[in-house]
Amino acid sequence: MTKRILLGNEAIALALAESGCTMATSYPGTPASEILRSLVELRKREGLKLHLEWSVNEKVAMEVALANSYAGRRSAVIMKQVGLNVAADPLMSAAYTGVKGGFVLIVADDPGPHSSQTEQDSRLYALMAKIPVLDPDSPREARLYVEKAFTLSEKYQIPVMLRPTTRVCHARQDLEWPALSPTTKTALFEKDPTRWAATPRFRLALHHQLNEKIAGISQEDAFMPRRDDRGTGGEEPSPSLSVADRGDLCVVACGVSYAHAREVMSDLGILHRIPLFKVPMPYPLPQAFARELLRSYRRILMLEESSPVVETQFQARDQVLGRNSGTVPAAGELLPEVIEEILRQVLGMDALSPVKTAAAPGRRPTLCAGCPHRAAFFAIKKAFPKGIYPGDIGCYTLGLNLGVVDTVLCMGASIGLAAGFYHAYHQSREDAPVICATIGDSTFFHGGIPPLMNAVVQGARFVLVILDNRTTAMTGHQPTPASGVTLGGAHVPSLSLMDLVRACGVRSVTEEDPYRIQDFLARLREAGEHVRSPEGGVAVVIAKRPCLMDRRHQQNWSPVKVRVNEKCKSCDFCVKQFECPALVPQGEKEPVRIDEGLCSGCGVCVHVCPHGALEVAGEST
Amino acid sequence: MQQIILSGIGGQGVLFVTRLLAETALELQHPVLISETHGMAQRGGNVISHLKIGAGFTSPLIRPGRADVFLGFHPDAMQVHGFYLKPGGRAFCNASPSDSPFSIDATSAALAMGSPVSANLILVGAAAASGILFCRATDLEKTLRRLGGQKTEINLLAFRRGIELFQGAGP
Repeated sequence: MTKRILLGNEAIALALAESGCTMATSYPGTPASEILRSLVELRKREGLKLHLEWSVNEKVAMEVALANSYAGRRSAVIMKQVGLNVAADPLMSAAYTGVKGGFVLIVADDPGPHSSQTEQDSRLYALMAKIPVLDPDSPREARLYVEKAFTLSEKYQIPVMLRPTTRVCHARQDLEWPALSPTTKTALFEKDPTRWAATPRFRLALHHQLNEKIAGISQEDAFMPRRDDRGTGGEEPSPSLSVADRGDLCVVACGVSYAHAREVMSDLGILHRIPLFKVPMPYPLPQAFARELLRSYRRILMLEESSPVVETQFQARDQVLGRNSGTVPAAGELLPEVIEEILRQVLGMDALSPVKTAAAPGRRPTLCAGCPHRAAFFAIKKAFPKGIYPGDIGCYTLGLNLGVVDTVLCMGASIGLAAGFYHAYHQSREDAPVICATIGDSTFFHGGIPPLMNAVVQGARFVLVILDNRTTAMTGHQPTPASGVTLGGAHVPSLSLMDLVRACGVRSVTEEDPYRIQDFLARLREAGEHVRSPEGGVAVVIAKRPCLMDRRHQQNWSPVKVRVNEKCKSCDFCVKQFECPALVPQGEKEPVRIDEGLCSGCGVCVHVCPHGALEVAGEST
Repeated sequence: MQQIILSGIGGQGVLFVTRLLAETALELQHPVLISETHGMAQRGGNVISHLKIGAGFTSPLIRPGRADVFLGFHPDAMQVHGFYLKPGGRAFCNASPSDSPFSIDATSAALAMGSPVSANLILVGAAAASGILFCRATDLEKTLRRLGGQKTEINLLAFRRGIELFQGAGP
């Protein structure tokens, strides 16, 4: 077998294919996005037979995959942690109904957080729903756990959660590449209303059954915590609980915290001295294990991300050093250096020399040169200079840098917040500012439609700009419901934003290319007038221009060559207010310079300079 | 065993170079463990790859003060991520102007070649020629050819340009 270097998410995709999964659904989100993308590539390359889709949101993704499982086929639904907030409703109920074909819920957590609103620990959802959760420590283990999760799911007819974190999803490791063979299973939905359509009368019985399942799962040998003090990375831990030796201290760890702890303990020369236990399944925690540890060790150091999930299942916690005792920080990623510091402190070793950190703050991310969102944001700022700007989640959250994003809450919230701000001001003040919300096309499809209907029927008034770049850009250009084609290449209806917005009851809807910045400004001003007019309401402007980085779209415009003329006063207005990476400030007395390597030739900046110092010098070559 | 930090700005091709080094390590029969930056930071923010080559690693991250080698693809890189380098560790950086035997102005060299996006490979070529990496320049060239793709020729040119620049600048 050949070895390949695989991203954690690729390893998970490979394992889904190896396990005979017949359907995987997902909504993109970092750090989970590459799992379905890799499956699409695998399906194409290996001729696999499985249904794959980027669903409209995580709730829908889960429901679609659940039905495939009800029909007896192995299914996976994939999302990032905050996506599970959206999909929590079907999850809670599916824990009761149970599943038939193996059902694996893959939720990627993001301690840090690196690319998320929260550090929330999805394992807490497993606790609330009463479903088992597996916590892999590496790409290799994530791959192993997929098949184990399907087997467990089928044995107990229960959804199983696989919870990798950023450091597993975006780690790479050399792994064996198998021979894949296309498999499939015939769908067969066996009707059972007491289960699949259970009314409250039957739900109590289902809850009792669920409790029995969880009790059984907590005894499963395959997921027993393991002691692992020997060998080097990559080996299967020794298969015994063997808590025989008693002592002062042991370490218990889950997921990538285990991988960090193991290496740090090895470097400190304490791996053979201090027992290290790994918990593959943080919930349900075998109570015999917890009791045995409490009997055998005076102190138990618990390392897990991000919440004290295993820790909290220890019914007596006087001996447990973790997040509840304050030994482990209550927020932030458990980096290996943090784990080393904790271990040194608990063992009474010398502290590390003062923590070295970055000497410079580094660069913040920014919209790409030529990004149509930048043009739209600049126009919004110009049309509604003292506005309130509820923003949303995507590349265009970076409108923050331009001062045109005032709030970022969760997917689709720009519209609900815009309505709320309207009512708050309308009720209490005469001098209400214009409210102008921004949302991307994919985010609008995901969560923008119910709040828009609500805003219209509650009489709210604001401008909504839908930044329509024809893709889900931030997470790697996944298609949207407007794409008109499935992942399998079949042609399907392409949903029209214009029609959807009208169907939500909005009477003022226009569409304009933000590159045509004067026309775009005119559309914004008209929208502002509609909002203020006696008969007005919500006004929507669709800023339509494909993402420059999405190679599927033909470039249907002629790039221009922009030059800086003698009128440049080195005021850096363009740098600060437009923030195009291709405009490079040269210091107080020097004119701004255009970085030819970065400039896309969109020519929008020509309309930005108040001194007319940026001018078109001809067509770009 | 070698622990390498690669630091740059989203869009500079840090992921590609990480892959180049990792595939070369695998070809030389070394296990590899990597941690990469994906997501919003890729839009022009600071990005970092942790690359650990050799048996015995379980954590995908390098601790501060433990990197054997530091490759800085952007002039800010050392300021932002230099704390990962161990005392006595070796760094190779993109700087304008080049300010030490272990730095070259890869950005200008790439512009001069007419391929601004090739600065990453020029830097790696120079770093490989300096002898600080776990492998030889010829090993990396072989991987570049094996990875293939439309850019293979320009990648090889840039890589060799880096080697020349180091040899010209070195002792």
